[in-house]
Amino acid sequence: MTIRVAKPGFFTTVQDVGRYGYAHLGISPAGAADPLSFRIANLLVGNDENVPALEMTLLGATLEFEESAIVALTGATCECKLGSASVPANTAFELPAGAVLQCGSMTSGARCYLAVQGGFDVPLIMGSASTFVPGNFGGFKGRRLQRGDVLQVRQHGSFRVRSLRTGALDRLRAARPLRVTKGAQQDWFAPEAFENLFSTAYIVSEQSDRTGLRLKGGVVRPREHSELLTDGIPLGAIQVPQDGQPIILFVDQQTTGGYPKIANMIAADIHRVGQLRPRDEVRLFEVSIAEAIQTLREQERWLRGILVS
Amino acid sequence: MKIVPASDSSLLVVFGNEISIALHQRVMSLFHAFQSWHDPRIRNLHPGYASLLIDFDPLRLTHDELSSIVQQLAFASDSVVDTRANVVTIPVCYDIEFGPDLLDVAQRARLSLDEVVRQHSSPTYLVYFLGFSPGFVYLGGLPEVLHTPRLATPRPSIAGGSVGIAGNQTGIYPVDSPGGWRLIGRTPVRMFDPKATPPTRLQPGDKLKFSPVDRLTFEELQRAAEAPLR
Repeated sequence: MTIRVAKPGFFTTVQDVGRYGYAHLGISPAGAADPLSFRIANLLVGNDENVPALEMTLLGATLEFEESAIVALTGATCECKLGSASVPANTAFELPAGAVLQCGSMTSGARCYLAVQGGFDVPLIMGSASTFVPGNFGGFKGRRLQRGDVLQVRQHGSFRVRSLRTGALDRLRAARPLRVTKGAQQDWFAPEAFENLFSTAYIVSEQSDRTGLRLKGGVVRPREHSELLTDGIPLGAIQVPQDGQPIILFVDQQTTGGYPKIANMIAADIHRVGQLRPRDEVRLFEVSIAEAIQTLREQERWLRGILVS
Repeated sequence: MKIVPASDSSLLVVFGNEISIALHQRVMSLFHAFQSWHDPRIRNLHPGYASLLIDFDPLRLTHDELSSIVQQLAFASDSVVDTRANVVTIPVCYDIEFGPDLLDVAQRARLSLDEVVRQHSSPTYLVYFLGFSPGFVYLGGLPEVLHTPRLATPRPSIAGGSVGIAGNQTGIYPVDSPGGWRLIGRTPVRMFDPKATPPTRLQPGDKLKFSPVDRLTFEELQRAAEAPLR
């Protein structure tokens, strides 16, 4: 089965949960920017949770389905249409053969995921289907989708479509500060730097993408100006370059860097970073490592509880 | 050795705060020990100049458990001299066309072009680690006479394989990218091929020699390099 890209949208790529085990060669994980929505989309159509799906950013794609297919859309709120009829989000539904699915602008959130039953068939590069656009590899030809691309869908296997419990996703919509733990170079910063970091309403800059999100607002500077020996960067690290404006390093980030890292996003909030839009307001809130891991545990338990077969 | 949590899913092992071969060897010993450990709970290893960042699955391994594994492996591996260091020869064509900053580097060093090439291709460099972008190597061992500040204005586009100097560092741009290093030559060898195993020509801890080649040899090698790495 094939799907033809009639309009690629703003930035549409094939992703999975990411490419691990190659950071020592300078290779970042890439993968879905909102891994939670990505996994839910797959689970809804009956796939395993790590099957390649489409990540659409800010403006969705228009796709022509050669044959009938079971699909699900999750993540950002996006007006998606089949002809003049709206299609539902967060549920699996069947598209008839010849259907043209038009995904429009995202009105809330930045990224929408389209999973198709069976999954997109792309070669695995270093064990992953994720597209790493800065390195031109992975996913579909190592790049974002273009008009006229033809995507293959796998169709073998048996699938059991699932659905979400009513109100299951409410907790994802709550407007809360993003939770962080203190970073590897926390000693480099005086208490006032942390006060600034945690009291500022930062604005997500336009120069933000899957590599990193630049925050504009309260300046945060290390105690003294000394050079950090280049070291490894964890996913979601908040690094502070000379101008004192924090950068959240994201899924396409470089694997090592020389700026001090004041804090780090908790793993359970990475999916929320993936839904930030340019000009969104962001507040940061400190939690302990133990709380962060507890939150991740609860999130995994919640995910297992919201889907019914 | 200091072990600090870097995030809820990672631990940073810091051996010191300087660039030295002794600290690098300790980083490599621990890195290789973890590579042979094959623990599926560990997702990524990021060696730096004097540290190792370990990214792991916090639902299956705690910071404390990992910390004691680090101590055991570090204790066991520190006594072992790592003999795995591999010497890789990278051919470089130091042609003015490939090295537009060669004259500049020569002038600043008060050396002839031939002498710059000789100085650059005589040391055995150490691959401290890879980072920044796929296949990018952080090398130690550039002769002091060749230390040259990076360009004030980076070039918007540099061909993959370009060899450059920035401050006390020399390196190779693995793929086409923007950058501010002073370019002195180009290698026909593919430094990064995502479909090859391993995907990069060099590994952390390897040793590297640059071997000067003329334009004709460069072109022959470039044709041969169209094929995958292995």
